[in-house]
Amino acid sequence: MSPTDQSSAGSSPTTAPTPSMSEYRKREQSITLSPLEEQLGEHSEGADGSTQELLTLNFGPHHPATHGVLRLLVTLQGELVRDVKPIIGYVHTGIEKTAEDKSYWKVIPVIERMDYLSYYFNALAFCGAVETLCEVEVPKRAQYLRVIHLELNRIMSHLVWLGTSALDLGAISMFWYCFREREKILDLFEMSSGQRMHTRYFQVGGVIEDIPLGFTEKLRGFLKEMPSRVDQYGALLNRNEIVLHRLRGTCPLDAETLLSLGVTGPLLRAAGNPWDLRKAAPYCSYEDFEFKIPVGTAGDNYDRFAVRLAEMYESVKIVEQALEGLPEGPHITEDRKIALPPRHELATSMEALIHHFKLVTEGLRVPPGEVYYPIESPRGELGCFVRSDGSSKPARVHMRDPSFVNLQATAPMVKGAYIADMIATLAMLDPILGGIDR
Amino acid sequence: MPDATALELIAQELREAEGEGVVADTLFFRNQATLSVEPASIRAVLAHLREKGYRFLASLHGVDYYPQEPRLGVVYELLDMSRVDRIAVKLRVPSDSPEVESVTEDWPTANHQEREVYDMFGVVFRGHPDLRRILMPEDYEGHPQRRDFPIGGEPVIFTRDEAGWLETRE
Amino acid sequence: MEKGGPGVEVKREPIDAGTGVHVDGGSLRVQSLNARQLLRGGDLVGPNPSAHLEGADFERHVEESIMTTTLDKAVAWARSNSFFPATFGLACCAIEMMSIVAARVDVARFGFEAFRASPRQADLLILSGRVSIKMAPIVRRIYDQMLEPKWAISMGACCSSMGVFNNYALVPADKFMPIDVHVPGCPPRPEALMHGVLKLRKMVQDDPDMGWRDRYDARGTEEVLPASGERSAEQEAVTDGMGENQSMDTSGA
Repeated sequence: MSPTDQSSAGSSPTTAPTPSMSEYRKREQSITLSPLEEQLGEHSEGADGSTQELLTLNFGPHHPATHGVLRLLVTLQGELVRDVKPIIGYVHTGIEKTAEDKSYWKVIPVIERMDYLSYYFNALAFCGAVETLCEVEVPKRAQYLRVIHLELNRIMSHLVWLGTSALDLGAISMFWYCFREREKILDLFEMSSGQRMHTRYFQVGGVIEDIPLGFTEKLRGFLKEMPSRVDQYGALLNRNEIVLHRLRGTCPLDAETLLSLGVTGPLLRAAGNPWDLRKAAPYCSYEDFEFKIPVGTAGDNYDRFAVRLAEMYESVKIVEQALEGLPEGPHITEDRKIALPPRHELATSMEALIHHFKLVTEGLRVPPGEVYYPIESPRGELGCFVRSDGSSKPARVHMRDPSFVNLQATAPMVKGAYIADMIATLAMLDPILGGIDR
Repeated sequence: MPDATALELIAQELREAEGEGVVADTLFFRNQATLSVEPASIRAVLAHLREKGYRFLASLHGVDYYPQEPRLGVVYELLDMSRVDRIAVKLRVPSDSPEVESVTEDWPTANHQEREVYDMFGVVFRGHPDLRRILMPEDYEGHPQRRDFPIGGEPVIFTRDEAGWLETRE
Repeated sequence: MEKGGPGVEVKREPIDAGTGVHVDGGSLRVQSLNARQLLRGGDLVGPNPSAHLEGADFERHVEESIMTTTLDKAVAWARSNSFFPATFGLACCAIEMMSIVAARVDVARFGFEAFRASPRQADLLILSGRVSIKMAPIVRRIYDQMLEPKWAISMGACCSSMGVFNNYALVPADKFMPIDVHVPGCPPRPEALMHGVLKLRKMVQDDPDMGWRDRYDARGTEEVLPASGERSAEQEAVTDGMGENQSMDTSGA
């Protein structure tokens, strides 16, 4: 199979012939052919006359260590990985297509379910893009509330990552400790929005509701104890010989290769490049807060682990500052063409009633144009591209998902390492298949 | 973002370097700069922009402008990390011959992203090392994110039809 | 122990079981007859013996008053209290499924914490997340690899009924495999999933032939007692015992 065959088949896309089953199987086999195999041939003579073969192993979509339904075709020479080809699409949900069918505020719950661990980030990317298109100003209080929830979500995402990665490495008890903290964060989310996950809290123009009474006290209590908890996680893992042996020095990749592969986020920072959109191109009031960016040196698995662990401390700091400086004001924009009017106005103002009616039945109208809005999600640069044609439904929504692009770095990282290192690397890569497959 | 004048300067330089027909249009909308280029010259344009400092290809995605022709668009979002500058390069291909040259050789990050554009829109990237469907099954027919592809969906029938179950129980 | 001797002081009190049964010692024969009457729920051997329980009523009385020892029910009790769920997380619901293993909603207190990675060792498939068309044949293959008896819980709105996305890419789980319990929610709270699992447990306990008779078209091989007519005691007991716990809520959990 060569790309030219594909292009000739693809030049008339609507009439492409369905490949027969044998062609399909042939194409699947050809995925595994790598230059080394061509050099080695299928067999090769070892020093003592034994023959060597390359084994193609399918780390199927159903595998406890693939962090979701990721399929890897791994070509092995003994225990050394010679080539790895990820095959994705097993949780492709057509979210972007569904989003074209719904009005702008109905898209938000659909978009949230893409990268299902960092749902506030998905919502912010989309809302930010639409706000840019509509040229709507988000009130300061709403921005600070957004930052609080975003950073809590970042901590939560890193907690799940830590729990499941430690599970992969064999440190099973970490799972329970991390999920204990996660439950506390989810309690906070439930207080503010009523839902634990996929909360639909961010809306175009602000947040849907102000935080309830008791939220700040509970949040303060959580913030007071969180740094000591992260210390505990560090104490459990940082001096554990097995964890250190498995993570230190395994599968490093330098920053240049990562940049050419489009990798951002903790992976890039672990390799030494301090690129963080919260500092470089601040959005949503991040410039008001003081925090540091943890940067690694070696770019190996241990640095990726340490960077994420350190980011949890920094996120706690950001939430503290946001909570202290939370200004008074509206929690959503006052522009009635974008945000629903408060309920008490409906009884007195005819205009408010009409706005409410139009917004609920038709949705908000967005001026035509195309916009790309990037933010820093726990996995890297999450960008949302929205094309509007002037109607109340988006004409194209595309999320530049960080995990989708970061996955391309798997092969360079893992080539020449052992399978166990590959498992550890996959864990440190933090792929979320919902974002990859969308 | 480069501001409007800087964008015009870039466009001017491109025209001088690559030829007159290369840059079709510039657009500075909501503080974001966009260059619309001819599909044939995309590699050259991206290489030129790389010289100017936009060394990071953040995103490569497709858009369907149905029913306008040329219908399928591909957007390349470039980022200059040292100056925190973004610029978007857009091109349009007609649906009867949706072919663009692949930029995977110069920008390895484009590998999976071009496959996704091929899968979802049918844009064929010449020179791509491994152009297969990435999200849909390999033998799927059709390109789902085109605007004239139906959204689909199916009715749900449950394992135990409730009324039928109650009958058999009694 | 002879009469009048210093023997063990055993207080014999009349047992009032509501049926007017009196046990007052007497000969061994009388005692055993009384015991049999007690079992049958009727009156003592006396001037007015109450109607004996027969057939289906008798079975039901036995079940209510004494823990049943029919092999089926014992096996069902053991199976229901030791589900081995398969690790099958697809999407967002998988995170909430991980939450039930975590400490707050602890699935280990019911005995279900042994998540087995290999489908050959698992008997409960908790489909957590959206099933895309690329994944559906794989789910089916894994379900086929599981050994009988096996159950499936469809967790979340996406696999139960297409959920938030009703589009070209998703398949409802009922299309390609039989599902026993649907747990709605997007994602369902861990408590909701726990409720679904416990409902499945109840279903397994109360209905010994849970599903497989329908699946393999094995109706007609149930035990039929000639005295009680066409239905066996088991089926009578089950249909009579059907309450709200037994209802297969496809709409709510």
